[in-house]
Amino acid sequence: MQAGLRPVKAKSPIGKSVTLAHGAGGRSMQVLIDEIFLTEFGTGQLSDLNDSARIEAGTDTLAFTTDSFVVDPIFFPGGDIGKLAVCGTVNDLAVSGARPIALSFSIIIEEGFDITALRQIARSARQAADEAGVSIVTGDTKVVNRGCADGVFITTSGIGRVPAGLDLSPVNICEGDRILLSSSIGEHGAAIMVARGDLGLETDLISDCRPLVAMCTELAAGCPGLRAMRDATRGGVAAVLNEFAVASGTALTIDEASLPLKQQVRGVSEILGLDPLYLANEGLFVAVVSEACADAAVATLRGMPGGENAILIGEVQAAPAGVLIMNALLGGQRLVDMPDGEQLPRIC
Amino acid sequence: MKYADEFRDPEKAQALIAVIGETLKKVPLPKDRPLHIMEVCGGHTHSIFRYGLQKLVPDSIEFIHGPGCPVCVLPMGRVDDCITIAEKEGVIFTTFGDAMRVPGSKGSLMQARARGADVRMVYSPLDALALAENNPDHDVVFFALGFETTMPSTAMTVLEAKRRGITNFSMICQHITIIPTLKALLGDPQTNIDGFIGPGHVSMVIGNRGYDFIPADYNKPFVVAGFEPLDLLQSLLLVLTQLAEGRAEVENQYARIVPEDGNAHALKAMAEVYEDREHCDWRGLGSIEASGVRLRDAYEDFDAEIKFGLVQAQVPDPDICQCGDVVRGIIKPTQCAAFGTHCTPQTPLGALMVSSEGACAAYHQYAITGVAH
Repeated sequence: MQAGLRPVKAKSPIGKSVTLAHGAGGRSMQVLIDEIFLTEFGTGQLSDLNDSARIEAGTDTLAFTTDSFVVDPIFFPGGDIGKLAVCGTVNDLAVSGARPIALSFSIIIEEGFDITALRQIARSARQAADEAGVSIVTGDTKVVNRGCADGVFITTSGIGRVPAGLDLSPVNICEGDRILLSSSIGEHGAAIMVARGDLGLETDLISDCRPLVAMCTELAAGCPGLRAMRDATRGGVAAVLNEFAVASGTALTIDEASLPLKQQVRGVSEILGLDPLYLANEGLFVAVVSEACADAAVATLRGMPGGENAILIGEVQAAPAGVLIMNALLGGQRLVDMPDGEQLPRIC
Repeated sequence: MKYADEFRDPEKAQALIAVIGETLKKVPLPKDRPLHIMEVCGGHTHSIFRYGLQKLVPDSIEFIHGPGCPVCVLPMGRVDDCITIAEKEGVIFTTFGDAMRVPGSKGSLMQARARGADVRMVYSPLDALALAENNPDHDVVFFALGFETTMPSTAMTVLEAKRRGITNFSMICQHITIIPTLKALLGDPQTNIDGFIGPGHVSMVIGNRGYDFIPADYNKPFVVAGFEPLDLLQSLLLVLTQLAEGRAEVENQYARIVPEDGNAHALKAMAEVYEDREHCDWRGLGSIEASGVRLRDAYEDFDAEIKFGLVQAQVPDPDICQCGDVVRGIIKPTQCAAFGTHCTPQTPLGALMVSSEGACAAYHQYAITGVAH
């Protein structure tokens, strides 16, 4: 197997101008961050590229993170940009094992934006913050000329408190560990594509956008074999598992037959020729846990809202280092690469 | 999922693979190489990789990934043509998704979009027509790309545009046809193909009779196939059975979709709107006689080449690029000097590295290095 599954990895050039691929969560974005931001901002914690930074404050350990949100359409089945902006940031804190304590909320609004819609966005943000047990304590508002933004853009930052002694990191992942998904995959990505309306499809798919704080803190508290967690947003589950494999120098192996997938997500993916492993999620996290803790971790999540479909999808092997391998449905194995740029629908 | 899971059943696949192994014992094999089975269609290439079929079948069978991915055989000059028009003032340029990343000599349509051109992805040519209707002060141009599979939808769109009197819609016609391409392939002394897995979607439009020359003139089995793993395995078995019995025929494994005579409505619309070009350029294969179509004079108002006075750009493939040898099955993607170094999915030199149906992209994505197994 090792001989047949050798990843071919060449570094991409950054190019002369920014393209959408540079923001799509895959390899091109890694190159952009590496060559521009890490180069200019220097090393230190930033270079770990974790979901949140850790800050020691007296005897406390704080987690600090920030995220910007643009989404088309702004209102989609299962949420809107306000809910998304809060969930995205609290989830980055939650997967670090932190309990969120404060959020900022900054918004750039295009001239002419509907006031009722704006109120709805703020209300959704507040409801999501309530659900996550966190307050929005500071913010900023800017209005720009028509055409200089697309509706609204939102940036949120968050601070959380990390329980004493907890240090989750993908470098802790080792051979024999199990890979856990908190729910079924691709629902946000598929719901957004359908909501844009140009596919002419009607589904009752809704985005999985939700705060993951309760599930993540429960797992962090009750599962001593928890190695790392990450929410699988842009780039999907495939991106997170590839990052884990590279960071830990292990091979992550997943079983195609075990992947939890709603019929409608599968249908949309089949029609467009997209792989649901690369679709975005906004209420799903991947966790790697020790074999001893694996079954208990699944049972814990299944007893909680949003975790009903939690499932183990694979395990960690020592080699080949740094790759994600799929045990294919019909037998045999194939490599699941880091996504690159936007997934484009196939022609026919 | 209904109509999908039935054709992906692992137990049935194993049973078919066992019969394939037995049948193969009765097939006279070439002495110095594996048996070469060409799947013509890019959709088949994608399925073969997605389901790992090459690894499931015996070592002495090798799939050769043919020229049937329209994005993969798109010459660089044609991409340049698109960008020339896309960068004109007042143009909204529309195309199918995976054509956006194909490199021309001045970059791809996606890069043109980053430079400021209004390039949009659509799912259907009718979406482009709707854009034209909703943007009467813009010229909407659709890049009509594809084999006979996509031709009916673009022909119907032109007919609809004419019926509705929409004048700000036009197309760059890059439709190509499968039969002349197969003839060119079979006439090439360098290609060694023992049997064909024939295209499913194209045949749904054109039917099966056009392939009769393949067994008649070249004595090769040709089995029109569906796209699920069991479809492909069953089609492979049908090819092997013909070889074992010394027969060469056109067979239709995909009868649930493909009618013998094709789709009369689609063929009528295509004949109304399109006529053959004298020749058509293919990436890697060069110019092939009568292998593409253009809009008939009656529809020239919808021909973007005429509307914008386009002079077709002629750009040779990069020297290092061996797409043509890959498409003809002379080398494997990994045997190309540029594979994985100068040419990667992030920086494709050749279009075979762009589309998920391209053999090189599939080899790269699934990291199949070295020879087939």
